[in-house]
Amino acid sequence: MHWSFYLSFLKVLLLLAVTAPVALSFGFVGAMAARSHIPPVSWLGKGYIAIVRGVPDIAFFMFFVIALDQAFEWTRHKILCPDWPDPIRQGNDFIVCQSAKLPLSTAPEFVHETYGFFLAVITFSIVFGAFAANVLFGGMRAVPHAQLETAAAYGLSPSQTFWRILVPQMWVYALPGLSNLWMVLIKATPLLFLLGIEDIVYWARELGGTKTTKFTQYPHGDWRMWYFLALLIFYLGMTRVSEIGLEKLMRRLSHGQATSGGELLRKETTA
Amino acid sequence: MSCIQTIQDYGLRSLGLGERLLPRNDFTLCEQFTLIGSGMIWNIYFGIMALVTGFFLATAMAMGKASANKWLRKPSEWFIFIFRGSPLFIQFFFAYFFFLSLKKSYPMFDALTSAWLGALIVLFLNTAAYTGEIFYGALRSIPKGDIEAADAYGMSGWSRFRRIIWPTMLRLAWPAYTNEAIFLFHATTLVFFSAFPAWQQRGDALYYASYFADKTFNPFIPYPILAFYFILLTLVVVGVFGLINKRLNRHLPAARKAKMRFRLNLAR
Repeated sequence: MHWSFYLSFLKVLLLLAVTAPVALSFGFVGAMAARSHIPPVSWLGKGYIAIVRGVPDIAFFMFFVIALDQAFEWTRHKILCPDWPDPIRQGNDFIVCQSAKLPLSTAPEFVHETYGFFLAVITFSIVFGAFAANVLFGGMRAVPHAQLETAAAYGLSPSQTFWRILVPQMWVYALPGLSNLWMVLIKATPLLFLLGIEDIVYWARELGGTKTTKFTQYPHGDWRMWYFLALLIFYLGMTRVSEIGLEKLMRRLSHGQATSGGELLRKETTA
Repeated sequence: MSCIQTIQDYGLRSLGLGERLLPRNDFTLCEQFTLIGSGMIWNIYFGIMALVTGFFLATAMAMGKASANKWLRKPSEWFIFIFRGSPLFIQFFFAYFFFLSLKKSYPMFDALTSAWLGALIVLFLNTAAYTGEIFYGALRSIPKGDIEAADAYGMSGWSRFRRIIWPTMLRLAWPAYTNEAIFLFHATTLVFFSAFPAWQQRGDALYYASYFADKTFNPFIPYPILAFYFILLTLVVVGVFGLINKRLNRHLPAARKAKMRFRLNLAR
């Protein structure tokens, strides 16, 4: 039984490992769209960035999990059962034909859990993608304009300028924001619990409690406080390790850059 | 039932006044607007109370972290690290179960397990840590000349802090502090989704929004309503903090009065 608890730590790490690159690519596309010279594309990008501002992220999590699920089922319903007579929304129910259900009711337990996790990853990626888009947009704007003008003077095309000049240089400007984002992402992982995933919060509540839904034997008193203390320490450790790692990455990226951080590194090596 | 009637019945539902039973079916738009709006009372209560109380502890923590005395510095550093380094969600859970076991041994701590006090304490400590870090950053970027000028005028100790250091710190920290206030209000939605029980279904805005979404299987109505309320709240916070910012900067010549940058961060 405790295996599920330990396994759920891996779930959190897996979520971080999958979400971070996906959200970053969402963010990259969002930032590119926001920079676009075609107004509708630029509005789309800016709207994507702005929509997350002002509304609690928890609300987005709770919204997207249901909305995405229904969107998938609706699409499958339209494709798989084109001649279904009844409307999908009947009063308070959302009814699609049997073969459009996700996951299929015949599917094994494993598929159900994976589907739930998959939904959670997309939800996290959409929300954090918007955060990342904002950071990357700022990073792209922070690259000195002279660099881009020089590139144009050398005859580089706009797309060449973007990929060869802008993108390599923007990371150092975006990194403080991105590392902040990484910290926020770590601290958002317990919200998996709200998305119906059996994650560490779920298991800490189950295993720490005296009376649980799954186990009939009560091996100990109410230990939930201690289980959550353990989680608290786990997260503090994660934060500390990330802080040290990101500090090192910043030093490496600052190398040879025309920023005050890069200047500091230069002084250190020459002194 | 007319909409006015619904507002009378459910407008203060989150405080336990008015109609006792929540609507069960045939939800009207008016009911959803009213109940979610009623829940906002809790979000505003938690947000304002935590901001006001947290402000003072934050100032103390910032001064502590900037102190040369090891005995003042280390505790503040640890306090800030613990509350900034761990998820608020886990802090809520831990605090709730901690208060629960405290209540078992000493019944006088009864009130701590209910949301209005217990969750408020967690939010207060949490925002004090985040704000403390912001204030600490501002404290370190106070122009050296300001402090030297204060010394030259013969100010020291309390009067130097009260007249020079503290106002300058606030002035520098204000844009970041505005952000923190916005995120604090957002964080209040977590209260009833962590362990704290919504007694007699008196919950906050997100609690009611998810109630409707669960009952109707339609997330496309309650969550946008919630978003509408929060965007409104965010605008009010930005407005109020902007006014205070104006007052803090009123002595500066017009040209240097940098308009507060409204390019808000998206993440805490």
